Amino acid sequence: MSETADRVKKIVVEHLGVEADKVTEDASFIDDLGADSLDIVELVMAFEEEFGVEIPDDAAEKISTVKDAIDYIEQNKG
Amino acid sequence: MRRVVVTGLGLVTPLGGDVETTWKNILASKSGAGPITHFDASDQKCRIACEVKPTDHEYGFDPSKRVDHKVQRQVDPFIIYGIDAAGQAIEDAGLTDMDETTRLRAGVSIGSGIGGLPGIESESLVLHEKGPGRVSPHFVHGRLINLISGQVSIKYGLMGPNHAVVTACSTGAHSIGDAARMIRDDDADIMLAGGAEATICPIGIAGFAQARALSTAFNDQPEKASRPYDKDRDGFVMGEGSGVVVLEEYEHAKRRGAKIYAEVVGYGLSGDAYHVTAPHPEGSGGYRSMEMALKKSGLQPSDIDYINAHGTSTPLGDELELGAVRRLFGNAIGTVSMSSTKSAIGHLLGGAGAVESIFCILALRDQIVPPTLNLDNPSEGTAGVDLVPHKAKERSVRAVLNNSFGFGGTNASLIMKAV
Repeated sequence: MSETADRVKKIVVEHLGVEADKVTEDASFIDDLGADSLDIVELVMAFEEEFGVEIPDDAAEKISTVKDAIDYIEQNKG
Repeated sequence: MRRVVVTGLGLVTPLGGDVETTWKNILASKSGAGPITHFDASDQKCRIACEVKPTDHEYGFDPSKRVDHKVQRQVDPFIIYGIDAAGQAIEDAGLTDMDETTRLRAGVSIGSGIGGLPGIESESLVLHEKGPGRVSPHFVHGRLINLISGQVSIKYGLMGPNHAVVTACSTGAHSIGDAARMIRDDDADIMLAGGAEATICPIGIAGFAQARALSTAFNDQPEKASRPYDKDRDGFVMGEGSGVVVLEEYEHAKRRGAKIYAEVVGYGLSGDAYHVTAPHPEGSGGYRSMEMALKKSGLQPSDIDYINAHGTSTPLGDELELGAVRRLFGNAIGTVSMSSTKSAIGHLLGGAGAVESIFCILALRDQIVPPTLNLDNPSEGTAGVDLVPHKAKERSVRAVLNNSFGFGGTNASLIMKAV
């Protein structure tokens, strides 16, 4: 597992209060991890802060699984 | 007329994370005051408060018991305290498994005096330092006063009236009084009612200190600072926490065999129409609110055995309240006991009236009245009144009166008695 994936999962566990083993790469934030739309806004902010990336609203809207987040960050981080 | 009784209690206070721990500590004359630990207060005029204690403390509070991890991260502490106290009250009332019909007729009215001040303060700094794009999406609904009522309603599926009183330090008493009326007026059969506060943050302490409301002379002896009716008092000590009661229509409670603590028999409200922070110089607002509650209750002053005073330990307020009680009670002043539990847990602001009403109910239950701590040298004008100095006192308690007065000149009085 990549370092990015580790850090993403840590943030998800902390923000959503879910068990770490539930945060698989295929897990959907809303369907599997109990997040609502505002939780995703908050997660995106936390990713931006952690990785120093900008995630514009149109890109954020496409992030629905843990993998989506990891991929976006891997491709866009400086 | 529909009668309203209390069937459940919940408390989060500086002396305990539940009702029985708090009450045991109150009766043991313990103080919840100490140096401020929530933030570095070294540059403040007031450096002490009565904080809710951390989970690992002997009488600490565990937020994870009843409040979801995610909610804890999103909301201000006053909401966490309120949700927990409400949960305790529901459990105590045996209402954890309400069916839908019951929940349609069950509501919530839990208010706060100020709301999420710590979060408003910290998120303002985020806005200032990092810009609007870093402000939490949960900022607004994590700070709003009516969001205890909202959260509790969602958590327990309560679909009746959803309300929140905001009357500064009278909030808790007004919440209970107004919710009792909702039951009496047939809007609901069950109401969770109370108040919560958590404003021990830099701007909260600075703001009240600048208003000359806080004690500043006892920073080195926090436990001595809250001293209602004592000659050396110099302001209140800020507390935090929550008190919530389950109010229930009497027949409804009887039908399901609920334990009944007390009946809410009198509620009075008034405005001073005088000054934003100073009480009316003759205590007339407090007098009229007590008078109204007494009239509604059909009781005589001599029927009231215990008064939990507003008694904040400010130089002006305590004696004015006592003067108003004296005028209303006449000769009965000689038989009533009156104490201020703010001497032990500080001033819970919007939570005070609810927490103190619960102490009144426990005084009825246990036939013992809680003490006024630090009453070493009673002020002139207190002679002939039992202010229950230093130690709790066993006595007959048939009916109780709780007073709460707030900034803006708002007053509320509640009278409860055994059923």
